[in-house]
Amino acid sequence: MENVQVLPQSKNLRRQKRTKELRNSLLYHLGVGLLGLLMLYPILWLISSSLKPADLIWTTVYDLVPAEIKLENYINGWQGFGGITFATFYKNSFIYTILSTVFTVVSSAVVAFGFARIQFRGKRIWFGIMLLTLMLPDQVLIIPQYIVFSQLNWINTFLPLLIPKLGGSVFFIFMIIQFIRGIPIDLDEAAMIDGASQFGVFYHIILPQLKPAVITAAIFSFYWTWDDFFGPLIYLTNPNLYTVSVALRNFSDTTSLTDWGAVFAMLTLSLVPVFAIFVFFQRYLVEGIATTGLKG
Amino acid sequence: MSKPAAAIPAPGSVTQEPVQPRARQKTKNKNFKQNNLAGYLFISPWLIGFLLFGLIPLIMSFALAFTDYDILSGGDFIGLDNFHRMFFEDARYGRSVLATFRYVFASVPLRLIFALAIAMLLNTKRRGIYWYRAAYYVPSVIGGSVAVAVMWRQIFGRDGVVNAVANLLGLESVNWFGNPDTAIWTLILLAVWQFGSPMLIFLAGLRQIPQEMYESASIDGANGWEKFMRITLPLLTPIIFFNLILQTISGFKVFTSAFIVTGGAPLDTTLFYSLYLYNRGFANFQMGYAAAMAWVMLVIIAILTAISFKLSSYWVFYETEVK
Repeated sequence: MENVQVLPQSKNLRRQKRTKELRNSLLYHLGVGLLGLLMLYPILWLISSSLKPADLIWTTVYDLVPAEIKLENYINGWQGFGGITFATFYKNSFIYTILSTVFTVVSSAVVAFGFARIQFRGKRIWFGIMLLTLMLPDQVLIIPQYIVFSQLNWINTFLPLLIPKLGGSVFFIFMIIQFIRGIPIDLDEAAMIDGASQFGVFYHIILPQLKPAVITAAIFSFYWTWDDFFGPLIYLTNPNLYTVSVALRNFSDTTSLTDWGAVFAMLTLSLVPVFAIFVFFQRYLVEGIATTGLKG
Repeated sequence: MSKPAAAIPAPGSVTQEPVQPRARQKTKNKNFKQNNLAGYLFISPWLIGFLLFGLIPLIMSFALAFTDYDILSGGDFIGLDNFHRMFFEDARYGRSVLATFRYVFASVPLRLIFALAIAMLLNTKRRGIYWYRAAYYVPSVIGGSVAVAVMWRQIFGRDGVVNAVANLLGLESVNWFGNPDTAIWTLILLAVWQFGSPMLIFLAGLRQIPQEMYESASIDGANGWEKFMRITLPLLTPIIFFNLILQTISGFKVFTSAFIVTGGAPLDTTLFYSLYLYNRGFANFQMGYAAAMAWVMLVIIAILTAISFKLSSYWVFYETEVK
């Protein structure tokens, strides 16, 4: 008898609970979704403006969906300025970004192995100094570096931007060290017993396992280099060598009768490589930040 | 200065380290003889890079700080003149320091508060979290670029979308960049908008907190706010601290946004330190003065970091203290 009485009540309770859950879930998605949309709004606005005919950009400034989609802004923008098209700027940016990323990541992996797996005299001191350099603002180094590079006649070449990358990046070295420490040392030992050198251990045992860490480092390096503005700004003054970021700044500044449609088109386009990598490698990225806490 | 170095690994250690040190020590001495040659060979890329592009420039810039060096005509030793000028004669320098402090002390806490709040919102097992996380992170991926800075300038421009929306709501247009009170806030907002990275770090930290702690707190009758104050926040303090240090340092170095969006105007209210240093060193070629400025910046950052570490013992809670 008791069961019969309890049952309808608990059913009722359950239904109540379910509607409450549904309401909460709805509220949650509404709130978080709207806020997310607000976060993305500037980017959506940029994309939408780049597709509008030039005369409608400012008159329909809050319309997110263009009345008609026009690609002429992209065609006009691509022409660039001073007779140099964006093809040149993209070529420069890709050269800089890809070489820089390869240099940085390879060096960082090598150095990280040295710190993570080899015992040598002075290791602690060097490691400490390396971490300290994280605190060092680039501004302290940039002026003497500029003086030396200009005396070497390296201004208006990519050398001042690329050569320092051969030393690796402390952020990535530290990240990869953390990663290597998570790899069991047994395999190293087995290989050493079989007569492998330290280099053999690095190349055959550790390197193949470093893939996730290396990909994470490469993604960040790509981002930072693609977005790098200060370096190209001071070292590359010849418009033929401009990277996309420096070109965009000039493109949006110099033209007094600015064709904003074309500018917005080129701004949007410059975000595409970064965005594509984000979409394809999101997992690595999130893991990279979450597990190492790197990148502020 | 050795303290910051020692503490940097702290957040990493939350996730990975506890297991490894012991495992490593056990085997370290048996099979891995000291190998100086291999060790130095492996770290040589960093070591050579550090000497050539780190240590030598550091010494050079220290020397330059006491000269009136410019790239065209060389320089002479002028003692402490640069510093004297900086602190007592150059009014723009003072305004630049003020602008930077305002920027850092507004943007860093706001950014961390948003990062933590959104991380807590996203720390559930609901459907679609993956997409939300991506949406909130996207601004950080692209936010530092010139493209976004140019975009920002247009969004807050006279005919920009912010004013358009304001007009739609019956409000007057605001001259965001012309008004000394509002210009800096457009840059602070741009920085806060990019809270994605600290958000992800917080999210990882939140997932580390054992669920049982919340359950037992619920049994003891704690409400949501109490759970946040007594469990979430204390356990996250090492991560908050780590973020605070990193964000503050990068806040002092901000350049692109001010250079593109406001150019330091109006009335130098957004003339951030790096921007002013660039103007002096590379636009006016007063490299001695710029080097002196850079060293003062280094000292400011070092002092702030040292203070943060000193104060951290009062509020940062390391789990190892209980174990």
